[in-house]
Parts: sequence; C-alpha cells; structure tokens
Amino acid sequence: MDTDRTSAQGTYEEYETAYEDGNTLGGPLSEIFAVDLTAAVGRCAGCGATGPLARLRVYDRAPGLVARCPDCSRVVLRLVRGPDTAWLDLQGAASLAIPLGGRG
Amino acid sequence: MAIISRGFHGRRPAPGRNLPPGQYEVHDFPVLSAGPTPHVTHDEWEFTLTTETSARHTWDWAELMALPAETPTVDLHCVTKWSKFGTHWEGVSLDTLLADVETAADFALVHSYGGYTTNLPLADLLDGQAWIAHRYDGEELAPEHGGPARLLVPHLYLWKSAKWVRGIELLLDDEPGFWEGLGYHSYGDPWREQRYQGD
Ligand SMILES: [Zn+2]
Repeated sequence: MDTDRTSAQGTYEEYETAYEDGNTLGGPLSEIFAVDLTAAVGRCAGCGATGPLARLRVYDRAPGLVARCPDCSRVVLRLVRGPDTAWLDLQGAASLAIPLGGRG
Repeated sequence: MAIISRGFHGRRPAPGRNLPPGQYEVHDFPVLSAGPTPHVTHDEWEFTLTTETSARHTWDWAELMALPAETPTVDLHCVTKWSKFGTHWEGVSLDTLLADVETAADFALVHSYGGYTTNLPLADLLDGQAWIAHRYDGEELAPEHGGPARLLVPHLYLWKSAKWVRGIELLLDDEPGFWEGLGYHSYGDPWREQRYQGD
C-alpha cells in the first residue's frame, strides 16, 4: 500500500476550524532557525505548487505540527517537539527559497 | 505498622481509574487530527489485511457488520497527555479478522484513509486487545472520531488507534508509521511513558 498518498482515498470536507494558517509555524520554527521561515517560498513535492510557508494549512491539534499544501493537501512539513529534541521532516518540500533581508 | 502508606494510598484514584504517569483526566473527547477529515461512505469502505506473502483478505461494510461484534469499555490515553476513562465501543475483534489469515509476520503497519499510518507488533492486535470499532457510545462512529471505522488498541497511546482505518499490512520487519518516523516511540506504552524515541 502507498504510504505517501495523502489525498487519493476518500473525499474531504474541510472543517474551517480544523487547521491554522502557516504563520502558526513561526514560533516553533524560530526555536530551530535564525531566520523567519514563514516568508520562505516552498515548493510542494507532491503537486509542484509554490507559495510562502505561511500559506500552508497547519494541523496543530495532533502529537506534532503537520503543515499541508493548500492545493493538494499532501504533507509538506512536519515538526515534533520533544522535551530535548525537535524532529523536522521536510520530505514534502521540494525546495525552500529563504529571503535573507538585504544581508550581503 | 502502616506509617508511610496511608498518605500515598489516599491520593490514588479508585481502582481501574488509575492515570498513567504524566496524564490528566478529561471528560470531553478531544479531536486530534494530522489532516483533513476523510469522509468515506459505507458503500466505498473496505478493509484489507495484507500478509507478508501479499495475500489479501478484504471485507466490505456488509461483511464487517455480519461478523460478531464485541462491546469493550476501555480507558483511552493520548500522548498529548489527556486520558478518558470508561469509553464504550462496539467493534469486531482483530482475533476474528485474523482467525483465517496465515502469517509468519511479527509486525503490523496500519493504514488509514487519508494516508495516516502507525506500526505495532502483531501480538498487540491479538488476544482481545484490539478491535475494528464502528460504534462509539451507542452511535455510529462520527467521522471526526475516525468513522466509519477505526482501530481501537487502548493499551497503547491513542495515536496507535488509527482513525479511518482501511487496512493492515503484516510484515516480517518493523516499519515506522507517521509519528513513529518522526520522534515518537515505536511501541508507545502509556504505563511506561513511552512517548518519544529513547523513552
Ligand atoms: Zn501540493
């Protein structure tokens, strides 16, 4: 069975309150990265759509943060925060373009 | 002389209402989800057991309903630290579904509609420990709680009780699921507080 497929089975009814927008990622990611990644432009490895991470749909009522592509609903980024380790999965992000705000 | 035990026992909840370490009790039923809620009709629904030799055993909704159902009352323990006591379910025991399945597998990888996965030893699905649950509290299982049917394996943290279950792969080697592949414990025993890798 295909474990990567996240939207091919069943039909979805979106609950407006079920997810937050990608700005929710700002705080947790700032603990790991020195730049604000919510403005970074990512490309979905599933459908190729590009957009700022702030545009992702973040499911945070879960054991971790799950950020999904707003176009195809595949997982782009996952973050788990343990007591002394953070686990970050970017398998679903084909690339990230990170603005560095005029440095250099 | 019971000098030291009185205070200790005085703080303990009633028998059968013990909280695993680090948990607190809730009375509502929090909805946790790693993605949009799949809406699968009974007509579309199918459940498939796949063995390590790729043999497939499939049940549609009518076939599942025709199997003997059990009505377990169990405590739920979520890794996000809430526990809910005395929940009432109806479902088909995995012992029933696995009765005619020939396998040498030691591990199981559970698959859900929507793409979620979770792994556990096959032994933890047997001996009256796990069900494909299709009713909760006397009603059809609502989509937000995993309906039409979810795995119920209440002796492990609730992320193992995959909502919207559509199949179980029986495997010779353990394969991490959605959360187990990103820091969470491979087994997830709430009584040993196995939340994260290394716990
Ligand atoms: Zn996409």
